[in-house]
Amino acid sequence: MLAELSDQLINSPQIVGTFAMFYAFATVLLFAAVMVITARNPVHSVLFLILGFFNAAGLFLLMGAEFLAAILVIVYVGAVAVLFLFVVMMLDIDFAELRKGAARNLPVGLVTAGILAAEMIMLVLSWSMANGADSQIASRTPVETANTEALGQILYTQYVIPFQVAGLILLVAMIGAIVLTHRTRPGVRRQLVATQNSRNPADVMKLTRPETGEGI
Amino acid sequence: MDLTIGLSHYLVLAAILFTIGIVGIFLNRKNVIVILMSIELMLLAVNINFVAFSQKLGDLSGQIFALFVLTVAAAEAAIGLAILVVYFRNRGSIAVDDINLMKG
Repeated sequence: MLAELSDQLINSPQIVGTFAMFYAFATVLLFAAVMVITARNPVHSVLFLILGFFNAAGLFLLMGAEFLAAILVIVYVGAVAVLFLFVVMMLDIDFAELRKGAARNLPVGLVTAGILAAEMIMLVLSWSMANGADSQIASRTPVETANTEALGQILYTQYVIPFQVAGLILLVAMIGAIVLTHRTRPGVRRQLVATQNSRNPADVMKLTRPETGEGI
Repeated sequence: MDLTIGLSHYLVLAAILFTIGIVGIFLNRKNVIVILMSIELMLLAVNINFVAFSQKLGDLSGQIFALFVLTVAAAEAAIGLAILVVYFRNRGSIAVDDINLMKG
């Protein structure tokens, strides 16, 4: 078996490399995912989420989706995970209290998850491509074009309306988040330029001429 | 021995990742933050499926849809965390069991 493996390593190093990278990324991804849901400290959960996203980006690279790998790191690690981290650190929450009674739900969860995983894996292993699926392809991957450029070429032509709708969704999410979290605090003293400009010197200022040594 | 990594490897990985996300929701039933993170994991599993099929079929539209899933996931995380912050400000707690204001 070892001899066979070394044979393959010499004949097709790329396949062996992909094999090793896939299992490395997949193992770390699944480990990070398990740690996300079991870590006691939510800050650790967020950090493991970041680790998982990095490994998922590696898997995307293996599949040749370079642009999505970059976007995953930039958007998820750079924005969403940091947002989670801010919220976890800003709110003063007793996480030990929230953990209580979690073990009670675990058996039901594990049974449900086991059934679901078994179903999905059976489906994956017994699945086969429909006849004529090849003629249904919406936008064939170009051979000569790089991934990012090819995505751009169809994103701004064939998928321009979904793209605009995605932008609209982000705008609505942004406005929604601002409106939700914005608060007007009572008792804050802000500068009121109009009030300042409309003040009359005669009302607020008294000129006196005190005698020397007497004071006011 | 065949070492080629094919579509079913990615599909099984995504299935396991999705299942971990579901266990996370059961396990952290009271903690909204970890529930949101579990949802992110499940969306990531969906994205892996999209990209794997995109590569297998030679169809770029799968990656476009993964991009849209990412967009919606980012929007959902932002809104969810905003609601969480407002709720914590009003009630001083984020336990899911306490969220019953609309029961009447």
